[in-house]
Amino acid sequence: MKADPKGVLTGAHYLDGDHAAAEGALAAGCRFLAGYPITPSTEVAERFAARIPKVGGGVFIQMEDELASMAAILGGAWAGKKSMTVTSGPGFSLMMENLGLGIMMEVPLVLINVQRGGPSTGLPTLPGQADMMQARWGSHGDYEIIAICPSSPQEAFDYMITAFNFSEKYRVPTLVMMDECVGHMTEKVVIPPADEIEITPRKEYTGPPEEYLPYLPDKDMIPWMTKAGDGTRFHTTGLTHDEKGYPVMNADCQETLVRRLVDKIRTNADEIAILEEEEIDGADVVLISYGISSRVAIPAIERARREGLKVGSLRLVTVWPFPETRVRELAKNVKALVIPEMNYGQVYYEIERCAAGNARTVLVPHAGGWVHDVDDIYAGIKEGLK
Amino acid sequence: MSEAIETARTYLRPSKKLPTVWCGGCGLGIILSAMIRAIARVGVEKNDVAVVSGIGCTGRMPTYVDFNTLHTTHGRALAFATGIKLARPSLTVIAAMGDGDALAIGGNHFIHACRRNIDMTAIVANNSIYGMTGGQYSPTTPHGKRGTTAPYGNVEHAFDVASLAAGAGATFVARSSVYHARELDRLFEKAIRHKGFSVVEAVTNCYTSYGRLNNHASPVEMLRWMKENSVPFAAAAKMDPEELEGKFTRGVIVDRELPEFIESYDEQASALAENPVAVEQVGNILRRFDAAAERLNPKSG
Repeated sequence: MKADPKGVLTGAHYLDGDHAAAEGALAAGCRFLAGYPITPSTEVAERFAARIPKVGGGVFIQMEDELASMAAILGGAWAGKKSMTVTSGPGFSLMMENLGLGIMMEVPLVLINVQRGGPSTGLPTLPGQADMMQARWGSHGDYEIIAICPSSPQEAFDYMITAFNFSEKYRVPTLVMMDECVGHMTEKVVIPPADEIEITPRKEYTGPPEEYLPYLPDKDMIPWMTKAGDGTRFHTTGLTHDEKGYPVMNADCQETLVRRLVDKIRTNADEIAILEEEEIDGADVVLISYGISSRVAIPAIERARREGLKVGSLRLVTVWPFPETRVRELAKNVKALVIPEMNYGQVYYEIERCAAGNARTVLVPHAGGWVHDVDDIYAGIKEGLK
Repeated sequence: MSEAIETARTYLRPSKKLPTVWCGGCGLGIILSAMIRAIARVGVEKNDVAVVSGIGCTGRMPTYVDFNTLHTTHGRALAFATGIKLARPSLTVIAAMGDGDALAIGGNHFIHACRRNIDMTAIVANNSIYGMTGGQYSPTTPHGKRGTTAPYGNVEHAFDVASLAAGAGATFVARSSVYHARELDRLFEKAIRHKGFSVVEAVTNCYTSYGRLNNHASPVEMLRWMKENSVPFAAAAKMDPEELEGKFTRGVIVDRELPEFIESYDEQASALAENPVAVEQVGNILRRFDAAAERLNPKSG
């Protein structure tokens, strides 16, 4: 299906990452944003609020907090609108509660986290990448989730559409993990015509209304969705539930449900994995990075190559589910994997796990507040070659 | 009686087996049936009703009724309901909550929902206790009354739910009790018909947790207490505060008109779409964004 042209601001623009993400959401067909102001993500909400009346058929609301924002977009999605919210670290923590409800109810939605330095209030106006494990495990209980990391305003636009498409396809909340640098940097953003934007439609139930079972899985493990008011009256709950959506309090039902919630993502991990590879063949060292760190790493990689070192690059656009297959394979063919991230080891430990002793893993940590020093990444590459 | 059976058959889910999770003597069934009678009288189609709840005994209410029903997280029913209503305004949206759900963990959502005046209805089943978790004191447990976490009597003071809703700006506020079951369904009906945010407090009894801890002899005795200790709002206006001590008032407390959120939002949106001056305003906002971007990097082009 192609994008609805009403939401697509076709043309070449000069936008920051936050504004580009808002345009990406509108182009993807998002028509409901409930949010709460927080630096450095607020501009997404501001742009959406300004644009949505003109796009038509949508609404923006500023809720009383992030708990409410997340709850409201779950409601919006169940009433048939593509829905999103946007926040940063402290708000992300509050959203974890209803993110879990979204996972349990299998609600397609997009949550942007424009990461800043933490813990707690941390550095509101400066970048971080330290919410990556919270993105994976932040809500209680066991689950799989999708998280993607743009590294430029153009990608903020492009990957918002991808995020909505993933969320619809797999009926799972999808996280767009930006950072303050990507959110606030201003670059050229080209928005294509609507008929060049591919949209994954909601997996809507079309059978007889009285036969609708909200949690009867299809062959691909994903149940058909409906919307309130379409005649398919349904029940949904955060409790462990059967195919009818009714609560069932026992271990068998828990096993069936949680297993499916995990497997519907895990078995599709290779399909969800968006990776950018460069000069991997014959490389001795491969630098694995995501978000703004991928761009900061470029001069370090170039410098190493000028010195004749064989350095490849693997950029993770999809971080969750972790692109395990590719990293395992890679570890068998190189001496070392070097990982710069703005934290003291988060995605690094996933890479170390997948390397399984086949390659050295070198973490280049940074607490956030600014991007890495190129020299530190270069030193990490040298360390990997020792 | 046959009409009651007919209503029950129409609105209770055939696929959901009874009995309910609620204890014998619980007032929640009376609230549920009053809600059903009210919806039947308003005449709205089952497909067009969404009932949202949070957590606790009242949280289980939607499971039994044949509408679009959503059982959400503790305290968040109104926030969730807000999303449903904004995304599909044609739905009649009802949030059913207990006192802990609506006023403790959900207190902030409650007052902001009152303030926003979105056309939906909040039912607060007030039994003055956390029933499902076994009798801990709640924001409406009266001063001095016992809960398992107030074993010597509650040292805190209770919210007056209706006054709180009125003070926060709800445009329809009413209260009755499960003893006054007929009055309750009339008030629910008025609330659902009201254009704007409506709150109905349904005073109810939790014999299992509250009653036993506070020396009530039986559920029936608790209903009798409601009968003997409630005063219609109009009559209460003529009574001294001393006479009203320990009693609650019943009836419609607030009923006023105020622009409704969705109507105001849509008016604004259609003005923006049709009015050339307004279209220009949107353009100006976008140009301001662009100008800010230019300032950040003057090398653009």
